[in-house]
Amino acid sequence: MEDMIFYDRLQFAFTITFHYIFPQLTMGLSLMIVYFKWRYLQTKIEKYNDAAKFFMKIFAINFTMGVVTGIPMEFQFGTNWAKFSELTGGIIGQTLAMEGMFSFFLESSFLALFIFGEKLMGQKLHFLTGVLVFLGSWASGYFILATNAWMQHPVGYEILDNGKYVLKNFSALFSNPWLLPAFLHNQIASLTTSSFVVASIGAFYILRNKHLEFGKLFLKTGVIFGFASSLLLAFPTGDWNAKNVAKYQPASFAAMEGIFETEKEGAEIVLIGQPNMVEKKLDNKIAVPNILSFLTYQEWNKQIPGMDQFKKEELPDNIPALYYAYHIMVGLGTVFIAIMFVAVFFLWRKKLFNLKPLLWTIMFLVPFPYIANLTGWYVAELGRQPYLVYGLLKTSEGISPTVSSGNTLFTLLGFVGLYMLLGLLFLVLVGKTIHQGPKLQKH
Amino acid sequence: MELLWFIIIAVVLTMFFILDGYDFGVGIIHLFFAKSEKDKEVIAKSAGLFWDSNEVWLVTAGGLLFMAFPTFYASVFSGFYLPLIIVLWLVVFRAIGLEFRSQFNYQMWKDMWDKAFGISSLLLALFFGIALGNIVRGVNLGGVESGVSVYEGHYFFLPLWDSSFSPLNEHPGVIDWFTIIIGIISVITLAIHGANWIILKTNSSINDSLKPVIYKLNISLAILTIFSLFIWQNIQPNALDNFLDKPYLISFPLIYLTGLIGLFFIKKLKKEIYGFIFSTLLIVGGITSSLASMFPVLLPSTNEINESLTIYNTAAHGYGLSVALSWGIIGFILLFVYMIIQKRLMGGKIDKMDYGH
Repeated sequence: MEDMIFYDRLQFAFTITFHYIFPQLTMGLSLMIVYFKWRYLQTKIEKYNDAAKFFMKIFAINFTMGVVTGIPMEFQFGTNWAKFSELTGGIIGQTLAMEGMFSFFLESSFLALFIFGEKLMGQKLHFLTGVLVFLGSWASGYFILATNAWMQHPVGYEILDNGKYVLKNFSALFSNPWLLPAFLHNQIASLTTSSFVVASIGAFYILRNKHLEFGKLFLKTGVIFGFASSLLLAFPTGDWNAKNVAKYQPASFAAMEGIFETEKEGAEIVLIGQPNMVEKKLDNKIAVPNILSFLTYQEWNKQIPGMDQFKKEELPDNIPALYYAYHIMVGLGTVFIAIMFVAVFFLWRKKLFNLKPLLWTIMFLVPFPYIANLTGWYVAELGRQPYLVYGLLKTSEGISPTVSSGNTLFTLLGFVGLYMLLGLLFLVLVGKTIHQGPKLQKH
Repeated sequence: MELLWFIIIAVVLTMFFILDGYDFGVGIIHLFFAKSEKDKEVIAKSAGLFWDSNEVWLVTAGGLLFMAFPTFYASVFSGFYLPLIIVLWLVVFRAIGLEFRSQFNYQMWKDMWDKAFGISSLLLALFFGIALGNIVRGVNLGGVESGVSVYEGHYFFLPLWDSSFSPLNEHPGVIDWFTIIIGIISVITLAIHGANWIILKTNSSINDSLKPVIYKLNISLAILTIFSLFIWQNIQPNALDNFLDKPYLISFPLIYLTGLIGLFFIKKLKKEIYGFIFSTLLIVGGITSSLASMFPVLLPSTNEINESLTIYNTAAHGYGLSVALSWGIIGFILLFVYMIIQKRLMGGKIDKMDYGH
């Protein structure tokens, strides 16, 4: 039983991590493509249109990857989490089915039109298809977040005698207090990834002294979007989410912040330290007193319950992983704000394009927003443990009763192999597209 | 309400097999009949332009099934664990083949991905047929061993095969000689459908030689169909009872028959679209006849202890189903609007369409 749960969780974690490399770029990038296309309509300067089309190529590669790695996600609810699906399908099936109906059809139909239909449609309609692709991709994020919000903070349901969850109130799924902050935080994080990618490609072109005009445009746009989105990630959206966790999942809050013991005079904020689960303390801790109480409740001396206040069964099952995921996310987010602030400052002073060390930094920054996005999701998912549906349904109660661990390990290995190939091809293709670069087209 | 959702999901699933069905078929034809690079490219393109929006129908069918019949979704997806995951791998592999073949302009690269696309299309068509075969044959619900259920009554687990490969065995596997025959029927049907799509959408040089191919495939399809009906009758002695009880259900097999007969005239058809319509009828008739023959059962039980899964004992609660109907209607209206727009802009032959690379 234990190893069945372990492999089911590992397979889901692996496949969703790999999947989420792609949508986090496409959601943000679609907005930036709409921006480039809009600038083109405003100014009629050809480079904006070429930028939009160039990034739509990168978008399309990522979209394909997102689709092919996304289909297994939907089916794994049934294959590996059958009991969970059986019990809660009447509720989370709603939002998942809506994702298919309202976002995938929109996104896939109009993506094809955006790529193939520019000449057929004319510029205004072409812009409109770009907007529809953007709406489709954000709607997809919205429905997934609505599904996850219900698992984090279940609302609008009733539990029948046979253990099944039935929907009582449809609109409650969308007015869930967990949903809006999580959705905004997630979408802005996705915008961070895409703006860092755009800026990084720009820095690469400038450093290589190729496609200079585009290099400058990408870097400038990427840095401005990157600065704005990094700020919004921390405040108000990050702050809002942290308060939600403190309110609705206090045990997870204590674990992710690394508070082992409750402090009566207000909680400190931990910057660095390693959880020592044997002695129940943080090793090599660096912390600032009272800040966490202030950030969470705007009261310096407000008491925040530590892990000592909760029973072992209520606490997440992997506290160090949750703690690290959270601190990596927050740490990276802080670094992003700092670097992007410097970049925007030098952009304003008109020195950015010649500052080689900063250009190199921005170019190599590109993996980190991906890491921050993924660790952010790990915080949400590890923090929800040991539950699938917070407070109600344990993760161990949700797996497929008939699928043995040997079978799951077999399919997990298969996914690892297939996705390695996929990842390799993806890098080759994106590399090729970036290498070719956008072309100035004469009309 | 259960009945309504059953019909909706059947329609969505049928749409998936009509739409993605032709691009599976295109893959099969591509594997065996496309010879020159020009043909290979345009034939791959006739699937490559559309596969992702076609596959959305699968995602939607999955989502709706999850929402409306969660117990069925949970039982079937975990019970057919291995074949389903293998199908997912093939779906991924096929998409890579389609999307990546034109990314580098040398023959070895293209040939490699063409094979990936062709073989995975063929295997997918086979697996979808095998899946249908399993559904109509039924499974050992509850995993009954010598009169005792090993699992809860609506769960089961099927190995890929059992050493006897017989559907009459007490514990048949996913692959037995009955499901293989249904699999082959599916491959032939989709190959015909794909060939019709190629004729309709491209000016490839093999268009004319595809018509006799369709004709020959259709003969073997007719023989296999009759053959499989006899075996089916053997495995499920009351397989055709529904048609006797409710004679109007016979219209579904008649749809299939119309498609089958129509395709014998493939060489004389005046418009290219007619061939495609006839193979569409084959798919519509095939799926609806199978579902109608079992109704209201979704998955028959092969033992006496646990009852078959039906649309009634696997459905979600009434409130959820009626709420979903209200957003579902809006969703379907939007969907048809997209389809009309897409049809208007991407209709006609696709040879000249710029692939955007």
